[in-house]
Amino acid sequence: MKLRKLALAASAAAAICSSLLVAPAALAQAKEQFFPVLVYRTGAYSANGSQWANGYVDYLKLVNARGGINGVKIIFEECETAYATDRGVECYERLKGKNGGATLFQTLSTGATFALTEKAPVDKIPLITAGYGRSESQNGAVFTWNFPLLGTYWVGAEVAIQHIAKKLGGVANLKGKKIALVYHDSPYGKEPIPVLQELGKLHGFEVQLLPVAHPGVEQKATWLQIRQQKPDFVLLWGWGVMNSTALREAQATGYPRDKMMGIWWAGAEPDVKDVAEGAKGYSALTLQHGAEPNSKVVKDMLDLVYAKGQGTGPKDEVGQVLYMRGLISAMLGVEGVRKAQERYGKGKVMTGEQVRWGLENLNLDQKMLDSMGFAGVMRPVQTSCLDHMGSAWVRVHTWNGSKWEFTTPDWYQADEKLLRPMVMLASGKYAEEKKLKPRTPEECKL
Amino acid sequence: MLYRENGQFKTSYAADQQIFPIAQDRWAILGILVFAFIGIPLLGDEYLMRAILIPFLILSLAALGVNILVGFCGQITLGAGAFMAVGAYAAYNFHIRIEGLPLLVSILLGGITSALVGIVFGIPSLRVRGLYLAVATLAAQFFTDWVFLRIPWFTNNASSGSVSVSNLQIMGWEIITPFDKYMFCLVWLTVFALLAKNMTRSAIGRQWMAIRDMDVAAEVIGIRPLFAKLSAFAVSSFFVGTAGALWGFIHLSSWEPAAFSVDRSFQLLFMVIIGGLGSIMGSFFGAAFIVTLPIALNQFLPAIGGLFGVTISTAGVSHAELIIFGSLIIFFLIKEPHGIARLWSTGKEKLRLWPFPH
Repeated sequence: MKLRKLALAASAAAAICSSLLVAPAALAQAKEQFFPVLVYRTGAYSANGSQWANGYVDYLKLVNARGGINGVKIIFEECETAYATDRGVECYERLKGKNGGATLFQTLSTGATFALTEKAPVDKIPLITAGYGRSESQNGAVFTWNFPLLGTYWVGAEVAIQHIAKKLGGVANLKGKKIALVYHDSPYGKEPIPVLQELGKLHGFEVQLLPVAHPGVEQKATWLQIRQQKPDFVLLWGWGVMNSTALREAQATGYPRDKMMGIWWAGAEPDVKDVAEGAKGYSALTLQHGAEPNSKVVKDMLDLVYAKGQGTGPKDEVGQVLYMRGLISAMLGVEGVRKAQERYGKGKVMTGEQVRWGLENLNLDQKMLDSMGFAGVMRPVQTSCLDHMGSAWVRVHTWNGSKWEFTTPDWYQADEKLLRPMVMLASGKYAEEKKLKPRTPEECKL
Repeated sequence: MLYRENGQFKTSYAADQQIFPIAQDRWAILGILVFAFIGIPLLGDEYLMRAILIPFLILSLAALGVNILVGFCGQITLGAGAFMAVGAYAAYNFHIRIEGLPLLVSILLGGITSALVGIVFGIPSLRVRGLYLAVATLAAQFFTDWVFLRIPWFTNNASSGSVSVSNLQIMGWEIITPFDKYMFCLVWLTVFALLAKNMTRSAIGRQWMAIRDMDVAAEVIGIRPLFAKLSAFAVSSFFVGTAGALWGFIHLSSWEPAAFSVDRSFQLLFMVIIGGLGSIMGSFFGAAFIVTLPIALNQFLPAIGGLFGVTISTAGVSHAELIIFGSLIIFFLIKEPHGIARLWSTGKEKLRLWPFPH
């Protein structure tokens, strides 16, 4: 009886409080831009996901601390997906209509990107998949609502081979070499395969495919194969716990770590921290981001957000690799909104459709980047209707046993001549399958 | 008082043998159906349909299938996710490889393929039982995982291994909006739930239950274990397979083998155990419990925290969700080992004696 009374009282109190809470929120809605945030802070990949999420959310806070986007404040809400596709779809459905409608979504999962690619055009919400997602979505004429900004896995794969060629002293030396791809057995891990095979044909090296089942703690058989077949280089398309396991196995089999190279999901602190010295010499690609603890944006972050006790994560992780990745991803979204405001009215709240235009006409030159505190952190980005990627620059960094360092000061740019036809072919196939009509240049101008 | 069948006399065999012999039950079910077909489309929003109701309907269908095998025939299976995958990928291949094949036929063919695969993996049930059988069916799970990841033919040589379908339509009715999808799943589930209910009341269902209760005795009275067990595997896999096809085609519309991983098999098994083994109603209870509770917890925990001025972090909510969900499972299993369906029928018994239950 007592319990029942308590429950009744509690629910009555809840009803009153929620009605009180709802009223001011509805009033304040007018001038706020809503950013839904899909994250995975739990599950097998939480170590990586949390850092990304902290950087993302912190940047939104920083924008507010700097006065919003031309005065428009950002509000955001996190939704936990635990990297499950169905949960990601649920989060998307939950958040897309909230607070006057979602500005854009960053799915943070290749699986969820595939599932949402067809839903986004119906709901008119852009999907940013900065550095992941489906590579052929670079073609904005077909994938109107997808934005794989700052590169895709195809760009990563192409640059990885460029880097290896450079190490060998020229593309000609690739002939007859064996390059193994140890990959997470999911759409994410399979993305680079077509590019590697194409390049293999072109340069005459052999590609060995070695899949590792989710979550990747069982790799004994894979590394036994590597020991037997002795590939000249190993590319690691792994994730979370799979990366540190791979590095440990490499150590155990005696495979030289400086012949191993990872994609950006396999090149952050949580991946190598536990192996520390054992991973020394291992290098990874970064799609522009990287550990930049001394950059201006990080200093601003510490001054304006962390000094006030509003930081999301631990202070010492600010400026680490994946933190910067999250931060840059958030920046791209915010800049999309800013660009849209230039056309549709400064200081107004933008709809998803308007933000889509903003993202498609994004033009971040070095001056703008410098003024935002991104000097030295990244290079200019310019998107267009046909190019939703905006930049194909990649950097390589190497783990020195205690931190990531940029070994080669020079940047790599992926070979558009090679990738572009592949993008057009794959996106054309998609358009045909879905009976989509690609946008004409005239339609692009609208 | 309200729930009492006094005065409802059965005057024919048909009346005596109907699915819901008590008038109140009949009306309640009719009411639920009317609400599901008319009320929800009018009241429910897109989120409710797409994120909660469609998964609930499809997983109910899958749970029905698992319940036929585990609850009615007593053969424990850990391979339900595998049969979902077989259904989904078979339907996909029929759909894209045979030009102009109607959607309904594709999905049914997916179910039939799944039934055939189910029979093959059901053969060990003739020799082993209980936990050993569970392990044997687990093999099906790993086998299908391997097949759909490694053999590119099944995924139409998609470079990422992810397949997708679009432009679904049945005789000119294009299934695009959440409402269309919801209605499609609802009609499908209604037909197949009725089929399952009748099957369990008929001769074949009685054979399954005889095998479940004591297979030696069943064999002595003339039931062929081979036929009974393999038919249970076939029917169960058919249900689960069509559910898999619906999951891929209608719910996700683009999927990868991870959508039907071993987690899904466990999830389905938990559904029937928590919902109630050997009960059609229980399959729905179980599916509702497993599909909606985590989402509800995930949404209400931050709100409850907000009342007391506590901001729970996203990770905190997610952990709390798992903790509460796990404890509720244990609570239900201790309180009522026969599942929520049994709680329901005890409730009904009490209601009949109301206001003097004993």
